[in-house]
Amino acid sequence: MDPSRGRRDEQDRTQRMDLVSGGRSVRGGLPPVPGRPAVPPRTPHREAETDQQPDLRWDETATGVRYQDDRYDDDRYDDRYDDDWHEDDDAPAGRRPRDPLWQVAVRGFGQLLVTAGLVVMLFVFYEVYVTDFLNDRTQGQLSDQIHEQWDAAPATDPAAEQVAPPVGAPVAVVHIPRLGEDYEKVVLEGTTEDELSQGPGRYVDSALPGQQGNFALAGHRVGKGSPFLDADKLLPGDPIVVETASSWYVYRVLGTPGTTDYGVDANGVPGQQIVTPDQVAVINPVPGGTADAAPAGAYLTLTTCHPKYSARQRLIVHAVLDGGPISKTEAPDGPPALQEG
Amino acid sequence: MYGWIWRHLPGPTASKAVLALVLVLAVVALLLFVVFPYVEPRLPFNDVTVDQ
Repeated sequence: MDPSRGRRDEQDRTQRMDLVSGGRSVRGGLPPVPGRPAVPPRTPHREAETDQQPDLRWDETATGVRYQDDRYDDDRYDDRYDDDWHEDDDAPAGRRPRDPLWQVAVRGFGQLLVTAGLVVMLFVFYEVYVTDFLNDRTQGQLSDQIHEQWDAAPATDPAAEQVAPPVGAPVAVVHIPRLGEDYEKVVLEGTTEDELSQGPGRYVDSALPGQQGNFALAGHRVGKGSPFLDADKLLPGDPIVVETASSWYVYRVLGTPGTTDYGVDANGVPGQQIVTPDQVAVINPVPGGTADAAPAGAYLTLTTCHPKYSARQRLIVHAVLDGGPISKTEAPDGPPALQEG
Repeated sequence: MYGWIWRHLPGPTASKAVLALVLVLAVVALLLFVVFPYVEPRLPFNDVTVDQ
């Protein structure tokens, strides 16, 4: 084969192309796609007209097929293959034709639904994470507040603490080793959302820490610091340590220690139960008894919602005081029960 | 709605994108720190107390 032939062909083609485009060099152009004619660089329609070229367009393959009306679907191929581009020139630049009203309405409605879904998801995120984050700060402030209070007026006599603080003030600090080595929550007086959004709240008519009767607390299960998120993981015998100005009180969850048998004690109080929200008897002086019954032991009761993320039922944990108050002067770092769990 | 907002944001695409992001963040902040804390106590998801 003559090695110069290829070059000659090249030259021929260049000449022909020069002829076609009126001496201007051809810009760009695409490599030929196998199975279809090579695509010419796109020259604007108007330019071709004003140049008064003869009706000689790209016909390199000499098939007589002009690119203006190829058989390729212009919606599927790149714009450069567009053989409808004459029409594009008619559209005013940057102006879309207006959609019919019903399309605008349907699209608006759809976007509204998507937005509503996103807002609901954001609300869940808020409930589960953001409130925890905000509560962490609140609990930190409350902890500072109650410790300052204790430092300012050191109490040594547990009997002097038998007065309930005003609603909204911190009452005590609860430690539950089973829920985490450093689990400690400041308990507030009262069980309205104002208090519960800050930490566990004491039912105002229930007993105070260490008192005979029922020291009853409510707390959120999910969100707001999730103080009682894992209250269902408390096992029989687990300590719940309550810290007041002068003392530590160790309560233990009722039931047979070392098992998951929550049982019932002499007064018929189980270590854990799930009740409907209207069963207020669980916070009575003797849990499950009548509201005006005489106390028959120093109980502690936790109430929270159940199941998680629902308010259908209440999860109740009952514990009973184990031994007497432990003076803070004797045990500044807490009773040994704090190390359990 | 979103198309309308996009068309009414001024400037080139980059400035539109920045403004859109600022708008989204503003709406999220408004929801998280104003609307949700206000609405939330009125919703029945978080009753943890026992009462009559």
